Amino acid sequence: MTDDSPLGLVTAVVTGSLLLLGAGLAATGALGLLRLGSFYERLHATTLGTTLGMGSVLIASMFFFSVLQTRPVIHELVITVVMMVTTPISLMLLVRAALYRDRREGSREVPPAP
Amino acid sequence: MSGAVLHWSIVLAQLLLAFGMACAAYRVLRGPRAQDRVLGLDTLYVTTAILLLTYGIRTGTTLYFEAALVIALLGFVGTAAMAKFLMRGEVIE
Repeated sequence: MTDDSPLGLVTAVVTGSLLLLGAGLAATGALGLLRLGSFYERLHATTLGTTLGMGSVLIASMFFFSVLQTRPVIHELVITVVMMVTTPISLMLLVRAALYRDRREGSREVPPAP
Repeated sequence: MSGAVLHWSIVLAQLLLAFGMACAAYRVLRGPRAQDRVLGLDTLYVTTAILLLTYGIRTGTTLYFEAALVIALLGFVGTAAMAKFLMRGEVIE
């Protein structure tokens, strides 16, 4: 992007702030992944970037390309649907595997099997 | 003016995402248990997809959208396969 770009200031500010929001949420989630204590706590942190962070960046991308090409560009909705469907499934599978492993080792952090 | 605003917010967003990828890579390398490594890898996939979308906005082309879509799909397949491996000890039964 050069300084003589045809984009208006409103477009730049909206796109930039949505990008910063998404990237900041993703970085916060990754920082939580680094800092939190147990596996089940870390799991909550990463979903911050997966849902709202990804969503903000996708909205920024849709807005930016719609203004740039002067027509509605909505193919980012495919990624939104994919992320919304697949993230809970994969994380639930992962938590079930972790719970199974913890119970099998007799860990005291998790409740016993019913 | 508008170009400068967009340029610097994209640069800052890319730096933040690189920091997030570094955190996820640390968790992959040093995670105390196997499920922590899988979670770090999943976060790494998602952050890479966001970084590719940001790069697509920076270059002004929609080429990087397909790459981000493929990375998001492969991240799901990889995480599901590794969770199944942790659960049963084999991927395909």
